[in-house]
Amino acid sequence: MSLLQVIEVSHSYNSKKLFKSKDTSNKVLHNISFSIEEGTCLGLLGTSGAGKSTLGKVILGIQRPQQGQVLFQGYDIYNADKITKSKIRRDLQVVFQDSYSSVNPRMTAERIISEPLENYEKLTLIEKRKTVISLLERVGLNEKDLKKYPNQFSGGQLQRINIARAIALKPKLIVLDESVSSLDMVTQALILELLSELKDDFGLSYLFITHDIKAAFSISDKIGVLEKGELIERYDSKDQFFKSQHPAIKRMRDSILAEHPRDRSINRNSSLT
Amino acid sequence: MIASLSVLVKSQKVIVICSLMLCTLLFISAFAPWLAPNDPTLVNFAHKLQGPSLNYPLGTDHLGRCTFSRILFGARVSLGFATLIFISSLTIGLIIGLIAGYKGGWVDQLLMRFADGVMAFPDLLLVLGLVGIWGAGLKQVVLALIFVQWVYYARVIRGVVLSLKEQNYITAAKISGSSQWKIMKKHIIPNVLPPLAVIGTLEMGWAIMHLSSMSFLGLGVQPPIPEWGAMIHEGKSYIRTDPLLMVYPGLMIMLVVVTFNLLGESLSERFGIKRR
Repeated sequence: MSLLQVIEVSHSYNSKKLFKSKDTSNKVLHNISFSIEEGTCLGLLGTSGAGKSTLGKVILGIQRPQQGQVLFQGYDIYNADKITKSKIRRDLQVVFQDSYSSVNPRMTAERIISEPLENYEKLTLIEKRKTVISLLERVGLNEKDLKKYPNQFSGGQLQRINIARAIALKPKLIVLDESVSSLDMVTQALILELLSELKDDFGLSYLFITHDIKAAFSISDKIGVLEKGELIERYDSKDQFFKSQHPAIKRMRDSILAEHPRDRSINRNSSLT
Repeated sequence: MIASLSVLVKSQKVIVICSLMLCTLLFISAFAPWLAPNDPTLVNFAHKLQGPSLNYPLGTDHLGRCTFSRILFGARVSLGFATLIFISSLTIGLIIGLIAGYKGGWVDQLLMRFADGVMAFPDLLLVLGLVGIWGAGLKQVVLALIFVQWVYYARVIRGVVLSLKEQNYITAAKISGSSQWKIMKKHIIPNVLPPLAVIGTLEMGWAIMHLSSMSFLGLGVQPPIPEWGAMIHEGKSYIRTDPLLMVYPGLMIMLVVVTFNLLGESLSERFGIKRR
């Protein structure tokens, strides 16, 4: 059985207006089905507005889709009973793109990371602090950072704190919603490295949502491409992606800059038109 | 410690001065019985309308009562009831603002349309109307002022909650398994408090002024309780012979209201929070 199964999910945002009866709904997801196996990483590529983040929210259980089901370990996460729901909640965590807005500016690193622990585990103060310190060390920070506030960290460090919070409960699946997109290239590489280490250590599975093709390939086992709310293609390897003839994928592929300016063709925009 | 204090005094002059002034006023109202030289309600016709003397530092009024003592005791009534109005309307506004902002939907619509309805009336007119219905008296005036004032708190808090709700850390808290109540307590209320302190300071001045105006009209504090607005009311018959009877309480009201407003303005500038 797959860890996560998404079955024919469709969703649209309705803009409710008091004096407008006309249907102004805006279809974001259309008939999406895929599954994630335990211990693997599915990369989800898509341009802005393709519905990636909405899909992430649907999987996290905070945006009920209008149609379709999300099964986590065989349980429908939107129609489970309370106890199952809270168990699923524990196994399903997230790291967002914007590390600064993902943490309460009034809380220290210690309080940020201990929040999920307080909700699920009954630890004494000393045990809790120990756990937080070991989590901090696991993501490459140290005890000194315990009492620091978010504005004292860099973006990369803060993203490490977000990761520490996500792994605090030893979840099964982490949704990485553009988690490295707002970081510089070097930090990106370091965070990706950390993520793949954690994946092996804890047996985690990832749903890696991104628009960055290189980042997606560096960590994912499988790749799916989302375009205008539809899952258009799926690949098991990098080569398949580069051989695909789908126009949307061609566009994406052409937008990758070659490493050396010499190799960048001047008319590479021609395929856009 | 002293160095950082002097930096604070230099950079936040207005805030420091106003806070000191308020502390003095609080001290005066707390210790009025020990500071006042005479009983503020003791009538003594033998000494009526006297000028300043050692016994009566600011003279006496038309019933021979010590003006200075009445001003000290008046601070108690004015500040005390203004604080009561402030705390009550803040609590109501906080609860309603939190519910409206967090729940959204028809609950929000209902509460906010009601608040709009209250705000549509000029403040003083609504208070006068309510007091007209309920009858004159301190209790009624305080209730009417609370009724008018909570809407401003509710509005501001709702706005703050709405913007907070979109923050990722609220979503992250939900995903960490925090209950609604925990999210409120840990993430929303602490972030609502700073703007609340600013509006609160500004609204304190408003409450004191309106309480005094109601008393001046004879609707609020009833004699013989000393209150600044009521003192102006009593002194106005003697404006030709003893204008100072009105000037002293008037100056006190001005001082307090100006202090609160200056403090509120500089706090809101400091924290970048807009009023209303």
